[in-house]
Amino acid sequence: MNDHQRIATHFSLNERLLFEEGSAGRRGFDLPALDVPSKNISEVIDPSLLRNEIPGMPELSEVDVIRHFTRLSTWNYHIDLGLYPLGSCTMKYNPKINERMARLEGFLLVHPLMPAELIQGALDVQKTLEQCLAEISGMDAVSLQPAAGAHGEMTGLLMIRAWHESRGNPRKKILIPDSAHGTNPASVTISGYVVENVPSNKRGTVDLDHLKKVVNEDVAAIMITNPNTLGVFETEIAEITELMHSRGALVYMDGANLNAMMGITRPGDFGVDVLHINLHKTFTTPHGGGGPGSGPVAVKKILEPFLPYPVVAKKSEGYFFDYDRHQSIGKIKAYNGQFGMHVRALCYILANGPEGLKQVSEVAVLNANYIRAKLKQAYALAYESPSLHEVVFSDRIQARKEVHVWDIGKRLMDYGFHPPTVHFPLIVPGAIMIEPTETESKQELDAFISAMLAIAKEADENPELVTSAPHTTRIGRIDEAAAARKPVLRWRPD
Amino acid sequence: MLAEIGIDSVEQLFSGIPEKSRLRRLLDIPKALTEPELIDYFRERAARNAVDYTSFVGGGIYRHHIPIIVDALISRSEFYTAYTPYQAEIAQGTLQAIFEFQTYMAQLSGMEVANASLYDGSTGLAEAVLMAQRVTKKNRFLIARTVHPEYRAVVGTYAKNLGIQIELIDHTPEGGVDLAKLEAALRKDVAAVVVQSPNFFGTIEKTSQISDLAHKHEALSVANVCEAISLGILKPPEGADIVVGEAQSLGVPMSFGGPHVGFLATRDRYVRQMPGRLVGMGKDQSGHGGFVLTLSTREQHIRREKATSNICTNQSLCALMATVYLATVGPRGLREIAEQNILKTDYAVTQIWSRTKHRVLFPGPRFNEFVVELKDDYALRAQRLLKNKIVPGISLSRFYPELGNAVLLCVTETARKEQIDALVQGLA
Repeated sequence: MNDHQRIATHFSLNERLLFEEGSAGRRGFDLPALDVPSKNISEVIDPSLLRNEIPGMPELSEVDVIRHFTRLSTWNYHIDLGLYPLGSCTMKYNPKINERMARLEGFLLVHPLMPAELIQGALDVQKTLEQCLAEISGMDAVSLQPAAGAHGEMTGLLMIRAWHESRGNPRKKILIPDSAHGTNPASVTISGYVVENVPSNKRGTVDLDHLKKVVNEDVAAIMITNPNTLGVFETEIAEITELMHSRGALVYMDGANLNAMMGITRPGDFGVDVLHINLHKTFTTPHGGGGPGSGPVAVKKILEPFLPYPVVAKKSEGYFFDYDRHQSIGKIKAYNGQFGMHVRALCYILANGPEGLKQVSEVAVLNANYIRAKLKQAYALAYESPSLHEVVFSDRIQARKEVHVWDIGKRLMDYGFHPPTVHFPLIVPGAIMIEPTETESKQELDAFISAMLAIAKEADENPELVTSAPHTTRIGRIDEAAAARKPVLRWRPD
Repeated sequence: MLAEIGIDSVEQLFSGIPEKSRLRRLLDIPKALTEPELIDYFRERAARNAVDYTSFVGGGIYRHHIPIIVDALISRSEFYTAYTPYQAEIAQGTLQAIFEFQTYMAQLSGMEVANASLYDGSTGLAEAVLMAQRVTKKNRFLIARTVHPEYRAVVGTYAKNLGIQIELIDHTPEGGVDLAKLEAALRKDVAAVVVQSPNFFGTIEKTSQISDLAHKHEALSVANVCEAISLGILKPPEGADIVVGEAQSLGVPMSFGGPHVGFLATRDRYVRQMPGRLVGMGKDQSGHGGFVLTLSTREQHIRREKATSNICTNQSLCALMATVYLATVGPRGLREIAEQNILKTDYAVTQIWSRTKHRVLFPGPRFNEFVVELKDDYALRAQRLLKNKIVPGISLSRFYPELGNAVLLCVTETARKEQIDALVQGLA
């Protein structure tokens, strides 16, 4: 088999919507008989409050349900099937032991509002994870409460605001480099701040001289991604954080790219005051087809009083949730975060240890640079600056034949790969952003490289083959504009 | 690989990082554990959580039986290791499942359209408030004090810097929203009235009258549902413009507070003001039908600072749990489960009234939670019950100090009669 024969045909069953299946009277579940004295429900609750049958809910057997979702599942690409070159998304293998540990009954069946003495194991897991994340990021304290990365961003920004307010002036603006993730400006807005974009220099990093001109008393913080979304380390990061601090402003770091730096460099050591960490990226909690994620925030001492409440604390009898936090920004989610994800992330950290995590970052960077070296003739490098865990190309060469990034991504499906991140970062026209992660073998990387090179050749010789891709998937490109014009967002009975 | 890159060592890959920013020691975290050691480590911690107790703790997270096939299906790596379905051609499985979730949530909530899920109920409620602000362009919100206190706290955190003013509406001695106080507080500048039903005390609110009052004053009616099983038998909040809530009860483990799954449903005319992802039907160039993420121009990756929300993820896998759960129990199973919650709760309430000296506050109607005012100290009483491996419920002193020694108890279909009797005996 050569790499081009990676895709083979195999039957894939069509399946209707759940709501079009089943038959009256079928059921997939039996409830034990009622063991308290039976009453007519209308003796307990006024019939005017009760609903009639819910129209359109299907009646299905257990096998119906299993077959339905199993068939659906075969229509998905997923990490257990193959590589995801998604830049900035860190799609790495999700170890099976994580799943098994998160499903221990002692974790699944525990309620967070039980008395502290009955939840010591869960609190121990949270505290240990907090300590590990603080050490990995070089920070002093961690909250596991945020539900996802963007939620962590908001939490961090609210703490920045609370810190400024405690000093008398919340300030107005947050500076954001033009290469930032879209969540950054959206999180700034929801935190009641205004965004001011700062341009990148020709190396793709933050322009320190420009920054010196714009950091004034209205600026509450800079929100920086490091390594940035080009996969480039901000070489002047120490100078940037010093500048911000000297003008009374703070530094927020988007920790989306932490996978490049574990055991190599620590945000806390180069002056970052607060960052969020995506457990579903660096720490292998599965993406689940779009969530749940988990976005803990790590802070320096000065911001610790403002952490969301409760915090996991310890006294002689053991751990407890401390709600008595008068400077806290408040709650940002009920209870204390996506605990199932905390178990998985801690399992991953403990499975790797200090040497293992460092090796993770080393191999992630090695793999990205290998792809860079092998593809830089066929695809134009966006910036010459050295890459860490991801590399950004542009479609400049292919665009001459009217083949664009979107087409290249779609054509990759025909070679058995998920497309890379495209059209991001916004500062690179026709960006193709590739992050292989450390869990891909050289053979898998070579297969991907070979596919990318084959597509480059096709783009030159037979561009129509690429622009009309994919050719091997269940369905072709869906007309998104038409779907959005008259949105059909649910099934309805005829 | 090093030769292809043109370097001699892995260390050279990091030459772009200034020396002063390099960490020149190993991270101070526990040394690596092998698989058998990891299993011991987590088993030992799991064992320090008391899951063999009979628990009457609810308050937004509910213990319901989860059919085995839910975990069997969501454990397929095709679902749980897949990325967000931006590439529709190779993500139809996830997309169709979300479309089915949206349909189920719209059916249950009695609304026209539902989104692809939100982080959880509490953040969902905050998003609903921000959505109501966008729809009405007004900033004043009336929120019932009977809304889950932690949800109210989350709304407060979100609202604080966005010019939103919140006024709390008290409850009557019957445990529902005080309609007279609500009407007195309603003026044309109110964006929305926010209630929860069944409310934090378990009482079913008069949603129809509340919505009418809101609409009379040109405010939206926002209804929060923490206990989604209730929608299997109770009328969905009547007259609501946004129904938002938590679907943990539908097949999602309690898991110490998360991951759970929020939902948000509304009327078609507000769909472009909704937060969060949406899956829609579409067609490819050959006319084949399929599903695709749609209306994404509302979202942060397109609109950046002008997005309807900063949300980037939904809770796809938990939404899948809810979808599989609903498919498995079906409409009749869901109604039976809901009925058992009502009847077992009614049994517990009746027994506590007749066999103990404590008072059950609020007459109902209620779904599966109720408040008991203890005649003695909660801590003492709880200690006695805990010795018998019974967790009696949540003390309300932190949330509603004016209720004195009040405890919130929850009885679901999973509570057996002898367990309820043991609770009553422990309270006697």
